[in-house]
Amino acid sequence: MPSRKTLTLLLASGLMLGATHVAAAPTGSMLADTCAGCHGTDGVSVGPASPSLAGLSETYFTDTMKAFKSGDRKSTIMQRIAKGYSDEEYALMAAVFAKLPAASTKQKTDPAKVAAGQALHDKNCAKCHDENGSLPDDDAGILASQWATYLKYSLMDVKSGARDTGKKMKKKVDALSEADIDALVHFYASQQ
Amino acid sequence: MKNINRRSFIKAAGTVAAVGAVGFPSIAAAGGKKKVVIVGGGTAGATAAKYIRRGDASIEVTVIEPNKHYYTCYLSNEVLGGGRNIDSIKFGYDGLRKHGVTVVHDMVTAIDAKGHKVTTKGGKSFSYDRCIVAPGISFRDNIEGYDAAAMERFPHAWKAGSQTALLRKQLEAMKDGGTVVIAPPPNPFRCPPGPYERACQIGHYLKTHKPKSKVIILDKKDKFSKQGLFTQAFERHYKGIIEWRKAADTNGGVMRVDAKAGTVSTDFEDMKPAVANIIPAQKAGAIAETAGLTNDKGWCPVTGQTFESTIHKDIHVVGDAAIASPLPKSGYAANSEAKVVAAAVVELVNGRAAPTPSWVNTCYSIVAPNDGISVAMVYNLVDGKVAKIKGSGGLTPADSSPEDRAREVQYAYSWFNNITNDIFG
Repeated sequence: MPSRKTLTLLLASGLMLGATHVAAAPTGSMLADTCAGCHGTDGVSVGPASPSLAGLSETYFTDTMKAFKSGDRKSTIMQRIAKGYSDEEYALMAAVFAKLPAASTKQKTDPAKVAAGQALHDKNCAKCHDENGSLPDDDAGILASQWATYLKYSLMDVKSGARDTGKKMKKKVDALSEADIDALVHFYASQQ
Repeated sequence: MKNINRRSFIKAAGTVAAVGAVGFPSIAAAGGKKKVVIVGGGTAGATAAKYIRRGDASIEVTVIEPNKHYYTCYLSNEVLGGGRNIDSIKFGYDGLRKHGVTVVHDMVTAIDAKGHKVTTKGGKSFSYDRCIVAPGISFRDNIEGYDAAAMERFPHAWKAGSQTALLRKQLEAMKDGGTVVIAPPPNPFRCPPGPYERACQIGHYLKTHKPKSKVIILDKKDKFSKQGLFTQAFERHYKGIIEWRKAADTNGGVMRVDAKAGTVSTDFEDMKPAVANIIPAQKAGAIAETAGLTNDKGWCPVTGQTFESTIHKDIHVVGDAAIASPLPKSGYAANSEAKVVAAAVVELVNGRAAPTPSWVNTCYSIVAPNDGISVAMVYNLVDGKVAKIKGSGGLTPADSSPEDRAREVQYAYSWFNNITNDIFG
């Protein structure tokens, strides 16, 4: 049996018998560029359903990818894609998106629903989703200007239990009617 | 080297082509601007152009593409189904120009790999430090009688645009009770799930407008991409409308067509369908063969890390024309490959090492208005070759809920909007 030192040497030089050579980790931008096909160039999605990633906090991004990988967060396709990356690679991608300016989308919204949504947000959501859901540092994602379809899917999934965001949020969302959810979606989508 | 006098040295340094020819990479690096010429402005070519400029705006990038507009093959099946206008899959080159890319509408007729020079039908020539060849596909003569005239009678619609419009027109004109034949090609070919999504889209149109009509798929293969999910869709949405006949049942699918007589024939049967969509076997786009970049099977062998041709130095082949397996010949893969090639070219022309690549593929198929399915995979470089990352990717689960299938359609549209914006925006 080789000593620890030789083993380290062997590993370091890739000379272990039968070891395949996997290249060094790709750069953050190399990894992040692969997301653009669905999430938009520089993490700014042009919609209608894929969320923008630009400006997300590193913590939120990596936690989300880990939740997709473990299956804790429901998805259509993201669970399958998240399994292709290591935690180290999540961190590299996260650093890229965190530095990019958050998206500002122009979506059709209903002013009455926006106003109702604002009231619901102030009462139920503002404590964790700071500054109308636009502050990345709250590590609660970016809701402001996010695509309406995505916001709706997310709230539906919290309500159904398919997405675990903790007991506090579950309780709040459970209390929302379908019209309330619609109003909140309009409110966040309207934020510039 | 020592024989080069001052005058010839200046001459050599003056054109990148000459510098490359006499093997002075160091002079090229010290001299004027780096030049990249891209042959073909489709998904791969246009993506590479934009991302090279993003990576290093000092590089002069020229795209040579005969057409003023590009029609995406992806979502062209929805045009056939009637759910989408052909203008929504049409893209121009103003976006690339805004990124500082020179777009020349001309046809490349030759690539001089030794001289580092590309020449066009219009009589122009372009020197390069590195060339990217992205010519897409061309057709093989595997079906007797399928000439230019037959393509008008039985459109392939496998390069989107006028062929897509023509096939749609034929579907609109056919009487209820007619048969539509779809003849998918043998492997390998562009967009492996495409013929079967097409069957669904045409099936949807017939079901809603001409319910006594049928789609018969006469395949050159005995199995196909996402087969379980497509078979489920045929059963779920198009029972009695879509029928798939594998190659073994017809002794190899469609063998001959007669455009004048309107017949489509297998070894066992002559059919006279109302509409026939004949998709021939494929190989790399014609210029790849002319430039000597293809192997005996008609596709372009490349290295895994940078997609540089293993036949000609300083030429990269990307997209459907390249042998990139296990990456499929898909729009997402072409976009992903092109970004890796762009990153590599930026480093290489600046005299640095090519970076470690990472690729993704996602293919959506819309099998009914609220029923979308997908296949995805993440890839890395192992032992110098493209490899699937174990445990990643895979198909939409067969038992996924109607809600999830409807979401996949919305994500398919998001993919289309974002990828076309990533390429042409």
